[in-house]
Amino acid sequence: MSRPTPGLFAVARAILAKDLRVELRTLESVPAMVLFSTTIYIVFRFGLDRTRLEGNLAAGVLLVTILFAALLAINRLFVAEREQGGFEAIRLAPVDGTALFIAKAAALMIYLAALEMVSVPVFGLFFLDGWGGIPALIPVLLLLNAGFAVSGSLISSMATNSRARDLLAPLILMPLLVPLMIAAASVADPLLALGGPTFEDYGQWLVILALYDLVFLLIGYAVFDFLLED
Amino acid sequence: MADLPIKDPAVATAGLFRAYGDSWVLTGIDLELGRGETLAVIGANGAGKSTLLRILAGLLRPTEGRVEVLGAALPSEAHEVRARIGYLGHEALLYRDLSAAENLRFHARLFGLPNEGRERIAELLALVRLEHRATTRIGEMSAGMVQRLAICRAVLHEPELLLLDEPLAHLDPDGAATVAPLIGSTQGRSRVVVTHDIATALAGGGRILALRRDGTVAYRGLAQDLDEEAARAVYADRADEGPGSRGVAA
Repeated sequence: MSRPTPGLFAVARAILAKDLRVELRTLESVPAMVLFSTTIYIVFRFGLDRTRLEGNLAAGVLLVTILFAALLAINRLFVAEREQGGFEAIRLAPVDGTALFIAKAAALMIYLAALEMVSVPVFGLFFLDGWGGIPALIPVLLLLNAGFAVSGSLISSMATNSRARDLLAPLILMPLLVPLMIAAASVADPLLALGGPTFEDYGQWLVILALYDLVFLLIGYAVFDFLLED
Repeated sequence: MADLPIKDPAVATAGLFRAYGDSWVLTGIDLELGRGETLAVIGANGAGKSTLLRILAGLLRPTEGRVEVLGAALPSEAHEVRARIGYLGHEALLYRDLSAAENLRFHARLFGLPNEGRERIAELLALVRLEHRATTRIGEMSAGMVQRLAICRAVLHEPELLLLDEPLAHLDPDGAATVAPLIGSTQGRSRVVVTHDIATALAGGGRILALRRDGTVAYRGLAQDLDEEAARAVYADRADEGPGSRGVAA
């Protein structure tokens, strides 16, 4: 009579597949993020009255733009679950609710990677003299995305049932992202320096970024199932 | 007969209370439902019927009291019985931007059905006469179609216990007849059905739980021992004039 219950990653794959299918069908998140980031670059270009950026200013413009674009996706991350019963469906099934956290974080990472595949070249065209620092920037952006994904999924799930969710998620999340942004900016600054990239403390900052991601991954893994409860 | 203890009940609650903030919705609910039996829950809006069903489904925690479903204590052991419960609430729990078949396949994966439940899904869609709508998105369907699919979703994993909150809502007589085999009483399956259709609840031949507006039990017992007039009294906004006060069985 009883059948084996699906494993954590099998359920996470099912939820992720569902989310990606819905996103491909509705194009609700990624196109908005791309459009938003491009608009922000245009605002910076005219606001700063600069056609070339380097060093910490370049890193700041790039990373803050990605951060704000990420917030658009983070705010929408659990909308379908809240409005169409996804939370209840998970709680009615014989599954670990942590699968939802893993799936949402993975979905957010994919959205951010898609965003950056367009947004970073646009940034380069708008502001960079050379592209030498971009390959070394890829691991930084991947770790940054992972940090946004795990902390964003955790906070968004907490805020989503609140009436002030659109305010609450950024307000709680931004202070938590400060260490991540400091580490990412510190490693991106020399990579975007005038005259070509330098790799001072590159590995050390990557480790710090990875540690941040790991800490929030573990926190999410430990508490997410409880967050789904009544 | 109604008050005899049931051995190995499908559902049992004792001293069940539930509050939302300062407001008590359920007040001291004691009930037992045997395996294979049907319990119809009736009562006015706000009497706590849906809250009771959500507690039995493990979606809400009781504020006080003991709840046991299929031998598992809720909410602590909810995970052990989720695969054996089918719940249909007011929300369909279907994604608007997925098709009927995609939604059911998603739920089949959540319940670990083999081959993503493809055979079972095809069978259910044919039963509710929606096989030609398998690729239609939920957002493009009528409320009646969505309700038929929600019923398919609730019974997809062939649960032992069905918790149904107004299952015939949005359905015309033809639609109601279509879903009847899926949610009707079959051998060995227990059901708790919230309904406003008193005549059907009484004709069902199972047990009745009538709740007053203040969340107390007005009647608990066999349907055959309750007449329709007494059952309708629970809809009156007077807690002291329900059937329980007539000494039927509170």
